[in-house]
Amino acid sequence: MKRFVVGAWRWIDDRLGISDLIGPSLKHLVPHDARWWYVFGSATLLAFIVQVVTGVALAFSYIPSSSQAYETLEFITNQAPFGSFLRGMHYFGASAMVLMVGAHMAQTFLFGSYKFPREMNWTTGVLLLGFTLLMGFTGQLLRWDQTATWSVVVAAEQAGRVPLIGNFLAQFILGGKTLGGATLSRFFAIHVFIMPALLFVFIGFHLLLVLRHGIAEPPTAGKPVDPATYRTEYEELMRKTGHPFWPEGAWRDFVVGTGLIVVIALLAYFVGPPPLDKPPDPSILNADPRPDWYLLWYFALLALIPPQLEGWVMILGPALIGVLLLAVPLLNNRGERAPSRRPWSIAVVLLSIIMIGSLWIEGIHSPWSPNFDPPPLPEKVVGITSGPVFTGAKFFHDKGCLNCHLIAGYGGRRGPDLSYVGDKLSEGDLVIRIVNGGVNMPAFGKMLTPEELAQITAFLQSRKHPMPAGLQVPGD
Amino acid sequence: MSGSLFSLRRLQDGSTKFSVNEVTADHPVSERLLTPEEITRRRFLEKVCVGLASLCAAILGIPLVGFVVAPIFRKTTGRWVSIGKITDFQIGNTVKVDITDPSPLPWAGITAKSALWLRRVTESEFIAFSVNCTHLGCPVRWLADADLFMCPCHGGVYYQDGTVAAGPPPKPLIRYDVRTVNGQVEIKTMSIPITTTP
Repeated sequence: MKRFVVGAWRWIDDRLGISDLIGPSLKHLVPHDARWWYVFGSATLLAFIVQVVTGVALAFSYIPSSSQAYETLEFITNQAPFGSFLRGMHYFGASAMVLMVGAHMAQTFLFGSYKFPREMNWTTGVLLLGFTLLMGFTGQLLRWDQTATWSVVVAAEQAGRVPLIGNFLAQFILGGKTLGGATLSRFFAIHVFIMPALLFVFIGFHLLLVLRHGIAEPPTAGKPVDPATYRTEYEELMRKTGHPFWPEGAWRDFVVGTGLIVVIALLAYFVGPPPLDKPPDPSILNADPRPDWYLLWYFALLALIPPQLEGWVMILGPALIGVLLLAVPLLNNRGERAPSRRPWSIAVVLLSIIMIGSLWIEGIHSPWSPNFDPPPLPEKVVGITSGPVFTGAKFFHDKGCLNCHLIAGYGGRRGPDLSYVGDKLSEGDLVIRIVNGGVNMPAFGKMLTPEELAQITAFLQSRKHPMPAGLQVPGD
Repeated sequence: MSGSLFSLRRLQDGSTKFSVNEVTADHPVSERLLTPEEITRRRFLEKVCVGLASLCAAILGIPLVGFVVAPIFRKTTGRWVSIGKITDFQIGNTVKVDITDPSPLPWAGITAKSALWLRRVTESEFIAFSVNCTHLGCPVRWLADADLFMCPCHGGVYYQDGTVAAGPPPKPLIRYDVRTVNGQVEIKTMSIPITTTP
């Protein structure tokens, strides 16, 4: 039996030339000390494969119609065997792909692997990063719920800020002048056909370049890249100390890849897919659209930058980041590769992580968003059950102040915490602020009666530490 | 097979190895072997192939691009639609009114629905606001007791007349055209307002 199988394989291999085609690629020499730092590229590829497999499976039931997609997603999630698991795999696979492509990029940058002769490896990698993020965003839109539909509107508004062609781009995204039947299907085509095709082409190109230039050896301080001699030195190094990618180099990729798939599967099983929001009905206005985590930092950035800079940051920011990333190897393609000799490279990576991480955390909390449903302040916070302070606390809730301000942990975080505002501002200061408004605060002068104003002011004046005598609720 | 683009080599186990030769000095598959007439012919055939490929690309590409961008040019001129009786709305109140795209694609389903905020200012004056925040299009909500519109996304706030009260919105809420006809309040439908860079 074994002889038959081997014979059959040899016949097929001879006719198809599979070994001749793949063999040299698998056996190409890689640096013997390219170890665990080098697994992120293959992990990204594996995450992409997970996306293709789970995406194809989901496409068997998903209907890319504005009127039916939500119902098919409910079916996939709640009824179809393995449906919830596959959706979870697809979601966490996307997350893994974004994380791995980021890690791969950081490692390549820190190791100076983008330098001669691998400049185009880096460039194609930057494009793949962009495609990956676009896949993430379009994928979130295919989760055709309320968040998705409003995210399309937000995307169209952002595109609308592009000078001259903004309106055209916005309508291209919407599939017309409004949300409707043409909106979802175009994102489906982009997510399922166009972007994967680009990813396949550029991943192939990226891998070809890896084979052409070889995997960069770990950097050594004091051994700069000189384009005149690098190739000869690299070939010499491989001849002396390199070992075949298969299996000496590949086994770590398989270990990490297996771990990655196991983690994705565990998360898909125990955490599950992102829950579906309300149906994609644009007449339901109680919506709170947020991008998925990998774009939450950009969402936060748009909330925190000064409005006068917003248009520039919204359009030029991503464009500038893209151009800078693409230009990295053109600006610096020789010299030292070791991070110890390029401390600025460590600083760039750390600052990027800190910046994105900080914005991400801010995005999770979204302190700039009003709290739309703050409960009325409880008695233990107000400290009294009648009189102007009590009534003022009630108005503070009813007039929307509590939507943006925090009192003893209750309310919103859009504006300053007023838990002890009575220690800081006098009655006159409070009245001026309330009547005239201020930075990011509406002027309430025309919206409050003098009595309401006086009672709200009395309540705010009572917010002191410790609480004034007579304001403690008995028994508290 | 010297001079060929390909070579076949018989291995010891009897199988054959097929490989593509490189065009180098050792494998002179080059124009030096060709006569000037052949070179001219080759150049001509190259141009024919490139031309035919361009034609094929145009045959496929023009309808593709046209089809993809067609929805942008689909005419959706605003139509006057009734949103209720005048008496349905109280003076001083702002209420959400649901509307439906008057010419949706048949498979639009609930995405053809939309909403607006309608404020009855006086006996005869109505203001209809788009629900889209002028910052990034998120749906603003009306807080009746506070007399404010608030946006959940980045904290934009508008007064009852739609002017900006706080936050990042660059301009007031967009208004629909409103009229009253035969006891009915009518608004003129419009596209999602896009805030563009001047």
